[in-house]
Amino acid sequence: MSKYDSSAIRQLGAFKKMKSRINWTPYILIAPAILLITGFLFYPVANVFYYSLQKFNPAKAYENGYIGFENFKTIFTNDDLFLTSLMVTFKWVTSEVVLQLIFGLGIALMLNQAFRFRGVFRAAAIIPWAISGVVTSTVWGLLFNEQMGIINDLLMKVGMIDRKIAWLAELNTVFPSIVTAELWRGIPFFTIAILAALQTIPNDLYESAVVDGAGRWKSFVHITLPFLKNTIVFTTLLRAVWEFNNVDLIFVMTNGTGGPVDMTTTLPMYIVKQAIYAQDFGYGSALTVVGFFILLLFAVLYLKLSRFGKEL
Amino acid sequence: MKNTLTVRRSVVKLLDKSLMLYIPLFLAMAFTLFPLYWVIVTAFKREGDIAKLPIQYLPSPATFENFRIAWNVSGFSKFFVNSLYVSGVTVVVVLITSILVGYAISRFNFAGKNLFMLMLLCTQFIPGAMLLIPLFETFRNLNLSNNLFALIIIYSTFQLPFNAILMSGFITNIPEQLEEAAMVDGCSRLKAIYLIIFPLLLPGIVATMVYTFIGAWNEFLFGLMLISKTSLFTLPVGLRSMQGTYDIQYGALAAGSVITVLPVIILFAYVQKFLVQGMSAGAVKG
Repeated sequence: MSKYDSSAIRQLGAFKKMKSRINWTPYILIAPAILLITGFLFYPVANVFYYSLQKFNPAKAYENGYIGFENFKTIFTNDDLFLTSLMVTFKWVTSEVVLQLIFGLGIALMLNQAFRFRGVFRAAAIIPWAISGVVTSTVWGLLFNEQMGIINDLLMKVGMIDRKIAWLAELNTVFPSIVTAELWRGIPFFTIAILAALQTIPNDLYESAVVDGAGRWKSFVHITLPFLKNTIVFTTLLRAVWEFNNVDLIFVMTNGTGGPVDMTTTLPMYIVKQAIYAQDFGYGSALTVVGFFILLLFAVLYLKLSRFGKEL
Repeated sequence: MKNTLTVRRSVVKLLDKSLMLYIPLFLAMAFTLFPLYWVIVTAFKREGDIAKLPIQYLPSPATFENFRIAWNVSGFSKFFVNSLYVSGVTVVVVLITSILVGYAISRFNFAGKNLFMLMLLCTQFIPGAMLLIPLFETFRNLNLSNNLFALIIIYSTFQLPFNAILMSGFITNIPEQLEEAAMVDGCSRLKAIYLIIFPLLLPGIVATMVYTFIGAWNEFLFGLMLISKTSLFTLPVGLRSMQGTYDIQYGALAAGSVITVLPVIILFAYVQKFLVQGMSAGAVKG
């Protein structure tokens, strides 16, 4: 291309070239990616819609076949667990996203100040981000253990409880317990994203705010938050979708039950149980379709209502 | 007079710093690090000491027995190799495909480019649990259930879109003129890519490899659904299988957790600085 000396001629040349024949190079470059994504993401998604209209259970193959909207009818008229699981999902996603955001924001604001060994603290604060749901569950399972767990031991020592609590088995403690464990792993995501965004705020804004007599709180509300808005909207949406789908931790911490008595069965956990134990693939797929539309609706509404990408 | 005033000022300042920074930072660090400390301590305790009262805050005596049990008896030596194989191959596949995609997006204009990028973005909103049933069916039909190759394909597909977008950002940042100059000097396009792009792309390559490795290493649900042979378990599935029984060996369980998490922590220590910087580079552009 560089054999033309003026860029205008070069562009004209490129334009003519493009008109005369298609350059296949970029298509060849993206071909493997397209193959993988259509074959193992889009095709399965289409399959879920197809399966949702079937009675489909590999263990009872003789009953399999097209049943129309029968699965959906059952979901909406005759499935109490579906309604409970929606409530649990809502509770799970909101508590996780709100708490992770608040703590992540707080920690990011602290780590953005200048102090000694800041780099070490930054590294330490985001370690849990890299740790898997299964390890997180195992570690917190040890901490919450009724007999030998450190949490019971410490709380007994300071006199906050007078008997050992089975944190993961009692109805009113299981949900806060798994929320705490997931918080541990989830906060660093917000810390990283917000810390990165904080570094893009020009310092002279704060300086002139000080000159104008603005206190710490005013600077935070009028400078920091508006600057963080898009980051916050985007990260909370990503995280909401992610927590909606997150079943690793719930699965392992509740020993694959989503219990006790379905207290921790979110919609995806319900789907996983259908897939793994009940092997009711048709019904599980129908649940998945419903979940998919709920998520889609939520994402569209959220972006609309938060006026993402628009100035405040 | 003047002295007491400065003293008072510095006391106020220290108090302010303590309330706004030191105390909350200490609490946050305790919350973050104590669980890790606890699992390590538990891994080095003798099984009999773990449940003993008063609770030991340091193992005495410390023992490697739990690691030996986890590695040799519970099967972590196998799980580790399986995880390493799956994650390693996934890294290679994702690295190659995402460099190809990144290069195509940042260096070519082609019909359907926007559609393709939209497609990459859309994949980020597809719930993983949603694919559990159809992918299980797909790989059963391909005769690949109970085959680690199935996990490699799934993990590569899941990790590809994000890393391709990341990679295109890195390649866009390398001036195209550098390649053109090399081509003027007689390099072929491939040679120009090899000599000019790769050295400058190293941070992007490292980032992609680390993100992909951690993602594949930590994945649980599909490992659980697609693999039922114990000898083919990955680490998360193996770790979970230790907890399903009534007679849990907590020492070995803790040791297994440490084994599982160690490679990730080492990688993470290597790239953590870059992580915040890389994110902020993206934020500036966005």
